[in-house]
Amino acid sequence: MEKTPLIEALGIHKRFLAVHALNNVSASFYPGEVVAVMGENGAGRSTLMKCLAGVHIPSEGEIHVDGKAVSIPSVNRASELGVVFIHQELNLSDNLSVGANIFLGREPLTKFRLIDHAEIRRRTAELIGQLGMTFTPDTRVSDLSIGHQQMVEIAKALSQDARLLIMDEPTSSLTQHETEVLFKLVRDLRAKGLCIVFISHRLAEVKEISDRVIVLRDGKNSGELSREEIDHDRMVALMVGRELNLHDKEHGTAGDVLLKLQDVQIAHAPEEKVSFELRAGEIVAMAGLVGAGRTELSQAIFGIARLLGGAIEVAGQPVKIDSPRDAIATGIAYVPEDRKQHGIIVEMPIRDNVVMAGLDRYQNYGFVQQGRHDQVATEAKEKLSVKTPTISQEVGLLSGGNQQKVVLAKWISLGPKVFLLDEPTRGIDVGSKSEIYEVIEEMAKEGAAVLFISSEMEEVLRVADRILVMHEGRLAGELTGADMNEERVMQLATGTN
Amino acid sequence: METTQESFLKRLIRGNQKTLTIFALLVAIFIITGLVHRTFWSSGNVTNMLRYAGLYGIIAIGVSFVIITGGIDLSIGSLIGLTGVLFPMLLIDKMPGAPVIVVIGIVLAISVLIGLIHGLLITKVRLQPFVVTLCGLLIYRGLARTVANDQTKGFGNEFTGLRETMVKGELFGAIPMPFVWTIVIGIVAAVLLNMTTFGRYLLALGRNEQAAKFSGINTDRMKIFAYMICSLLAGFGGIMFVLDSNGATPSKFGNFYELWAISGAVLGGCSLRGGEGAIAGVICGTALVQLTTTAVFFLGVPDALKWSVMGFIILLGVTVDEVLNRYAAKRRASAL
Repeated sequence: MEKTPLIEALGIHKRFLAVHALNNVSASFYPGEVVAVMGENGAGRSTLMKCLAGVHIPSEGEIHVDGKAVSIPSVNRASELGVVFIHQELNLSDNLSVGANIFLGREPLTKFRLIDHAEIRRRTAELIGQLGMTFTPDTRVSDLSIGHQQMVEIAKALSQDARLLIMDEPTSSLTQHETEVLFKLVRDLRAKGLCIVFISHRLAEVKEISDRVIVLRDGKNSGELSREEIDHDRMVALMVGRELNLHDKEHGTAGDVLLKLQDVQIAHAPEEKVSFELRAGEIVAMAGLVGAGRTELSQAIFGIARLLGGAIEVAGQPVKIDSPRDAIATGIAYVPEDRKQHGIIVEMPIRDNVVMAGLDRYQNYGFVQQGRHDQVATEAKEKLSVKTPTISQEVGLLSGGNQQKVVLAKWISLGPKVFLLDEPTRGIDVGSKSEIYEVIEEMAKEGAAVLFISSEMEEVLRVADRILVMHEGRLAGELTGADMNEERVMQLATGTN
Repeated sequence: METTQESFLKRLIRGNQKTLTIFALLVAIFIITGLVHRTFWSSGNVTNMLRYAGLYGIIAIGVSFVIITGGIDLSIGSLIGLTGVLFPMLLIDKMPGAPVIVVIGIVLAISVLIGLIHGLLITKVRLQPFVVTLCGLLIYRGLARTVANDQTKGFGNEFTGLRETMVKGELFGAIPMPFVWTIVIGIVAAVLLNMTTFGRYLLALGRNEQAAKFSGINTDRMKIFAYMICSLLAGFGGIMFVLDSNGATPSKFGNFYELWAISGAVLGGCSLRGGEGAIAGVICGTALVQLTTTAVFFLGVPDALKWSVMGFIILLGVTVDEVLNRYAAKRRASAL
């Protein structure tokens, strides 16, 4: 292509504290094309696009718009340049109308400095017409489907004269039909000379819509595919690329079945039935893309969400679990994905957090046994080597890794049969990560069954005895032995079997 | 042993910073007002202040349980109005001759039932505590006026013995009975809050209800208990207040008392965000409110300005506390 790129990123570096998220990444985007930016979780896709959209400021490197070097310090500057980022989580105010959302923060005013509703209505109707939508400017956003809400975001972008439209996983919560509508619109916009960038995981969709694919891996350019070259194998190869150095994990012998799910249905994907077993001494990883329903499934097992159907057995006994309390009583522990919201009480000391789930055990006629608390917390602190001067330390003052150890300690001290770990190493440093893997291996060695939910391929391959892969609420497959490799996981996780 | 003694004292100070701050403020106002006006220190005045600190202390302890869950109870004053007229009505008009203890039991049972309804509406129907108890404020006031036919209810010349033992008398001839009640109830409440699993659950869910639930705590049940305790003590407060005044006018008896209870609890270190609070602090906070009411009078603040001065002092109290806390937190963080 000899045309001048609409926007060009040259040698971009982005560092977050110790993390080198982008390492010398370059990419060009031309008018009138649809580009997919791909990569695994953490490959740097979103970071790169956020640099173009003024959300992040690159640590090094240049951005050119229409061939001229620019700096994009803010989202407002980006939209002046015609770059608009539509986030996966839409940024709309539910309680306002479509028109009010589109012109939020830049409302046209009447000569009395009041909001000019008539003008908003007129311009919104025009935009809705361009998109071929049927809702009105006065419809409340909360009354629209997710697909239509996304159209509102696109209308908002068009109202800002966007030339580069970046969409992060735009189809993740759309129905088949909504996706088709979106793709038709994307093609129309392309015909009008816009450049549309998709950040996507879904290989089939990428293949259908893209003119070009840019693949990142570990924060670096991994390769590009032109229209004719796009196929599943090439994309996966560029995304995965490296041979992982697997340490020789000793696979313990699996014992009795401790957790059994039979045709379990949950609200996340009511039409899917999930069945699997966890055995004593086993670490079973559950891989999948963000939004595959892994968290929802584990929370349903733990009694936070309701089961729509199916049965659960713990150690051979059918159980009925209506609350976390029931789950704990049957011997299930759950380490939640969102540590600060659900895992710990940041203002409380380590000791109180560690004994939180076991208060009923360390009591005498309703009176807490402070001595037992101290003892349990001290033992847990030493066992998991929580780095702290005292168990009276507020948990919120610990590092992320040590906070997570406190969450693990809370459950380990109860001696459960089944551990459900939801992204247990999220947001913690490398050193703590490997300590946590050791703790998890220790749990299994002591006879517990561990379900290890993770989106990080490396750790999945490192700790798992078996891998279950979820795809859109469905158990897409199970991998054992030599099949446990990145490519197979990616194929199952993206539904390109 | 020397070192453990020291660390115990340190721990005592660290754990009760808020209570000590408020206690210091209490002492300071007591001394300053007395210096200006010596009769402030007279035994008659001190006894009187202790009596009212005791009466309001009972309801402040109740509301602090609810505040610790992150909730609020605005219906306390109206519930006091209701139980304040019900108690003498039952005793004299409706059930003459019935044992006093039975009548007290009935009034308290009604109060607990009201608390149970608040709790169920808040946890099971998921209404906001502010709304539920605001409606309660209106409903119980109307009920009080209706059952009493809008007539003031009291004991006349009867039940002087009961009034003497419960409220009017003084223990050891010095400590007014309501203050004794508050200390006794306060000790029970402090044990409940600090030494039982129930108390630990309340503090945990007040900080982070989700995390408490994920740890297997039946958070709904604990919150319902908190509202029941609050209404129980409000109902008991109604009995005490009417025994004290010997006349409950249904249209105004107990009006605004919830605000004095909440002020006392907040001054005493309860955070309306939940999860924080100590009973000793709440009693000190309530005493501070009562002390200030009297001090304002002694210092010759014009009656018209009284409420403004009170509001200002409460605001000052919580501001000082907040600033000191933030300073302490910063020092702790930087010491790491």
